[in-house]
Amino acid sequence: MAQAPALPTGFELPLEPRLPRIGAVDQVAVEARATDLSKRSIKREAKLFALDLAVRMMDLTTLEGADTPGKVAALASKAIRPDPSDSSVPSVAAVCIYPNLVQAAKERVAGTGVKVASVATAFPSGQSPTDIKVEEARRVVELGADEVDMVIDRGAFLAGRYAKVYDEIVQVKEAAHPSHLKVILEVGELGTYDNVRRASLLAIAAGADFIKTSTGKLSSSATLPVTLVMLEAIRDVFEETGRRVGMKPAGGIRNAKQSVQTLVLVHETLGLDWLTPDLFRFGASSLLNDVLMQIRKEKTGRYQSPDYFTLD
Amino acid sequence: MSELEQRGGRAPIPSAWDYASAPESREIVELRERYGLFVGGEFVEPRSGEYYATLDPAQEEPLAEVPQAGGEDIRLAVESARDAYENGWSAAPAAERAKYLFRIARILQERSREFAVLESLNGGKPIRESRDVDLPLAAAHFFYYAGWADKLEYAFPNRRPRPLGVAGQIIPWNFPLLMLAWKIAPALAGGNTVVLKPAETTPLTALHFGDVLRQAELPPGVVNIVTGDGRAGAALVKSDVEKIAFTGSTEVGKAIQRELAGTGKKLTLELGGKAANIIFDDAALDQAVEGIVNGIYFNQGHVCCAGSRLLVQESIYEPLIEKLKRRLTTLRVGDPLDKNTDVGAINSRQQLDKIEELVAAGRDEGAEIYQPPCRLPEKGYWFVPTVFTNVAQSYRIAQEEIFGPVLSVLTFRTPDEAVEKANNTPYGLSAGVWTEKGSRILWMAERLEAGVIWANTYNRFDPASPFGGYKESGFGREGGRHGLEPYLDFEGAETFGG
Repeated sequence: MAQAPALPTGFELPLEPRLPRIGAVDQVAVEARATDLSKRSIKREAKLFALDLAVRMMDLTTLEGADTPGKVAALASKAIRPDPSDSSVPSVAAVCIYPNLVQAAKERVAGTGVKVASVATAFPSGQSPTDIKVEEARRVVELGADEVDMVIDRGAFLAGRYAKVYDEIVQVKEAAHPSHLKVILEVGELGTYDNVRRASLLAIAAGADFIKTSTGKLSSSATLPVTLVMLEAIRDVFEETGRRVGMKPAGGIRNAKQSVQTLVLVHETLGLDWLTPDLFRFGASSLLNDVLMQIRKEKTGRYQSPDYFTLD
Repeated sequence: MSELEQRGGRAPIPSAWDYASAPESREIVELRERYGLFVGGEFVEPRSGEYYATLDPAQEEPLAEVPQAGGEDIRLAVESARDAYENGWSAAPAAERAKYLFRIARILQERSREFAVLESLNGGKPIRESRDVDLPLAAAHFFYYAGWADKLEYAFPNRRPRPLGVAGQIIPWNFPLLMLAWKIAPALAGGNTVVLKPAETTPLTALHFGDVLRQAELPPGVVNIVTGDGRAGAALVKSDVEKIAFTGSTEVGKAIQRELAGTGKKLTLELGGKAANIIFDDAALDQAVEGIVNGIYFNQGHVCCAGSRLLVQESIYEPLIEKLKRRLTTLRVGDPLDKNTDVGAINSRQQLDKIEELVAAGRDEGAEIYQPPCRLPEKGYWFVPTVFTNVAQSYRIAQEEIFGPVLSVLTFRTPDEAVEKANNTPYGLSAGVWTEKGSRILWMAERLEAGVIWANTYNRFDPASPFGGYKESGFGREGGRHGLEPYLDFEGAETFGG
């Protein structure tokens, strides 16, 4: 069994160093703060900086029952060279796919620096026995996944069985070693910001390298206030223990403007240190092309037809 | 592929992300070189023949010349208001009054960008605030009181409300247009006419409001706007009006009250404050930090209800102060017209001197000062957002209103002690309470001597909500149904207990 890091003080286990108290989140005020920050006016070179960063932070995603090796190979090619007509546009961070497609993706991205992230643990519901979920995590790493995106057991969480959620993350973390573990909270099913904060600290305590908002399978996902609540939990952990946990909003971020607004949240909540793909990712499928269009618009001064950007 | 291969290790961390400047254009405002007094529906030259320059406090540069109204000018303005009151306005159908108020509200909305830019130019407040707070609220006040104008009998059943006559109104420089709306909208809704004097340093939005009134075809003389320093205000107080409404310093408010004693003129005063913002240990801390910042750095702290005394429960003192200090490093101080500016310019040299004097006193008395690293513009009036910790209740910075971006932090142990400390001030305008416990909010609200108490928020305003003070923060209420009362006379008021 893996050695679990300390629990938050709210869980009342006498472990040191302590994580921050769970505390509370005020819904009205956190939404007001997110709205305020979304009004930052990011123009010209500051915008280009953010867009370039957004590309480098992207986990280009396809999670469909209809995914095939061909589809994933096309996606991987796009990930390596998002804009063939502009070599200054960087590669994305990773491709994010189902376990059965890991090998196909791995072959295509080999030697490029683009990572392969696989979902696991009975994605998207997480409603399977723990040993099966742990085994799935172990297998995707064997297949070559650099990063594992697991889901928490929301059923257990909402029933108040926090220890089960915690133990599962600890076991998956051990099974997924040495790959990076991203823990999906599926905020749309948690119902309150208080629960989002509680789940964030629980996942971090259990060893998450990243916490991630959503599976992308629900309509309500990576809103700005939810992202802010999770960033604040990460900040509290860092200030209390010095540990740096990454953040991945996923689902619902479809245009470049949203990605810039999200980066403003990161910048003003956690500072420059988190403006790196090592600690921040966007999970998205349709965001990339809009970002590419905006980059070209910033560079040339005019918008181009969507026909100039590849659909993959 | 060499470029991509370099990405094998850790990705680089950027050294800075400077937001490019994003200034709102000044072009939308057509400034005149020289303005007249707005009397009888026209801009007229002052009989005094005197003018003074009004400044952009962020640049220390003159924007325009405005009249220094003399005694004769005030007399003529009051006469014009009297004439309009007696010959039409007070007898007009109430629905007519509502019509004009609705028009004014809509025109303010249509011209809101122009007014927001002008407010920031002349007052120094960030465009983000004038655009998102001052202008929407000013329009909302006119809409709100437009709705009451023909329903006064329902607002005060069986009391036969009648207008008072001519109201003299004197407003401060911190929310020039919003304070104008707070004063003019209920006065007109009640059937009164008005002579309004904006603050010496911020007359321009009030003068441009004269254009709005002409555009709305408000009958001449119903609203008159006279500019000038305290001498013009003193002349207005002494003039032949039925009512004085004043928002400003407690010192001037007391002088006005002395002046009016025995004259039978009605008076409402909205004066200073030294509000306690009280943070309990179960509060949502990150949001409380936002509330503290909004409470004291909103509008550079030029807010009478600013949360200038922070009372923190001792058990969370350290993490809260750490969070607050960290948050201060992200405040963007600078050009008021830049859309990314959080804290703008101090309104005047005089106000800056006062802030500097009190901050020096705080240092001398032994409080610990924190100011985030911050590069201020070279020209203009600026003050870095400041936090004083280790403040004792007896220090001047805990007692006197600073009216600037300066926070004094004190601690408490129990709810009783919080109430005792919060109430231990001559003022009583507002307070904030931060706790997740609903019953404690109600318990505190019953005991705090303050006209406005915010729970888990701060500096939120709504035209439907009455605003005003206890003790030396003044009397009378503005906003809501209560805000109509000071502008009305009631038949048989004694019988109904006033």
